[in-house]
Amino acid sequence: MALLAVNNLSVRFGGLLAIESLSLEVREGEVLSLIGPNGAGKTTAFNAISGYLRPTGGEVFFKDKNIVGRNTNDIAALGLVRTFQKTSVFPNRSALENILIGLHLTSKQSPFAIMLALPSVARDERLLAAEAERILDFVNLQNKKDELAGALPYGEQRLLEVAIALAAKPKLLLLDEPVSGMNPSETASFMAKLAEIRALGITILLVEHDMKMVMGVSDRVVCLSQGRIIANGTPAEIQSNPEVIRAYLGERHKRVVS
Amino acid sequence: MKAAFTIAGLVVLATLPWWLDNPYILHVLIVTGIFIIAAISLNLLLGYAGQLSLGHVAFFGIGAYASSLVSLGFDISLLTLKPKPVWMAMLAGIAAAGLCGWLIGRIAFKVRGAYFVIVSISFVEVVRLVAVNWVELTQGPMALNNIPPLSLLGISFLKKPSNYWLVLTVAVISYVLVKRLVQSKAGRAMVALAENEPLARSVGVDVTRTLVLATVVSAAMAGAAGALYAHYIRIVDPDVFLFIYTVTMVIMVVTGGKGTLAGPIIGGLIFGLLPEGLRAFSIKPEIQWIIYGVLMLAVVYFLPAGIVPALKRRLRWLS
Repeated sequence: MALLAVNNLSVRFGGLLAIESLSLEVREGEVLSLIGPNGAGKTTAFNAISGYLRPTGGEVFFKDKNIVGRNTNDIAALGLVRTFQKTSVFPNRSALENILIGLHLTSKQSPFAIMLALPSVARDERLLAAEAERILDFVNLQNKKDELAGALPYGEQRLLEVAIALAAKPKLLLLDEPVSGMNPSETASFMAKLAEIRALGITILLVEHDMKMVMGVSDRVVCLSQGRIIANGTPAEIQSNPEVIRAYLGERHKRVVS
Repeated sequence: MKAAFTIAGLVVLATLPWWLDNPYILHVLIVTGIFIIAAISLNLLLGYAGQLSLGHVAFFGIGAYASSLVSLGFDISLLTLKPKPVWMAMLAGIAAAGLCGWLIGRIAFKVRGAYFVIVSISFVEVVRLVAVNWVELTQGPMALNNIPPLSLLGISFLKKPSNYWLVLTVAVISYVLVKRLVQSKAGRAMVALAENEPLARSVGVDVTRTLVLATVVSAAMAGAAGALYAHYIRIVDPDVFLFIYTVTMVIMVVTGGKGTLAGPIIGGLIFGLLPEGLRAFSIKPEIQWIIYGVLMLAVVYFLPAGIVPALKRRLRWLS
């Protein structure tokens, strides 16, 4: 069953057609990667799907509901959560507070209950704190919980970013270049973490330039070029697709991977 | 340790009128306290939600006018209102300010950043013009006079000590409310929006709802400060909407440390008491203002995050 179905999605910036009737499906439980040269429209597609950008045309169905035109926070509440291409944390808050903010949707506290300091609020805060610690454990940042997010090393900020997204309890997680700028060993451990995330029953849509990672973790790969899909298939099929090689991978890469 | 300091401080403040028998100093403390309440309310919006409202005194003035009018009663062609008890009038003032906060929140958060600053300035100007020109209701520049003081449960808040305790109580309540808010889901959402709005939205933070909550609470609190002011000074004119009052509140919050709970209190005490302190040394007014300005520049230049964060850092460094 398709968890996310994108039908004829188009995005136009003035005279530039950034995405031209893009259609794709993400099936429940799979890892689907979106690859393509810079400017192909991958991040634009993410922005249109997650409600940061209103598409010029087309439909996006998530859990069979059309989510075009809905607010990002409503889309997040349905279970579609994204991360960002550029490292994005709450820099002046501790790692633990970052996760607590990520738990916004889990938290049940009305403004009146908060101002009256009802016992339910204190109880909820204790539950949230325990949950936040558990999530930090999951990404192995438990010993960094009191450090400011902005002071963490780059690789750990990227992990924290994924942890914030996980705190929002996604069904479908959109990861925008999660390992860009990571060294090979960090990338390898991130790939292992991705397998664990998948084991939690979270479906993943990935945009990434690291082909080793893409080919290693994906069930299917979709290749975009100049706003259009030029290929769609298993990692092996994509690697041998002549059009993908010409537009993106290059001859050299073909020899390396095959 | 911290709790002991808090309790000791509160005991000193609460017993002050008994061992400090000086009506002038008490008056200065009352007015400063009212400004501190307004600064605490502004801090929620500016320090936590990250929205600079340069029209914050509008909520203060609306609270003052609404509370005065309900307690005096009015008779205009649209509506007649008999005078109501002052406690009811004060609640009306708080509600009126909160309602205006809701309206401004709904409108202004469609337009953010610099545009919000402009909307807030325009709002206070519109309200001031209404206060000047709607003579039938507000008496215009002739001012609302003979505003009755609060009397509650047989206690009359006419004298200075009782007003002092009233202001202290409201200030403590305001502080506690803001503390509870910022240490909960609501406050985290405000901070998240101020620090990284796209990321906050991606985890489900509703921008409009969060910011409207911040403006309503902040405006209602400023309205309470305005109502206290009106029934203490017992005269309200359109000058209550002057820009300088907003600037004073902003200075208190920024120098004290925006986004810290103690910031507006420390900043408020320094910049509220300083002019009176300088006057006590019979320093000429011009010099007073120069000292005031230089001190402000020095704080912003050397302690850009404010006094409270700098003190905290120093304490951590010592221990």
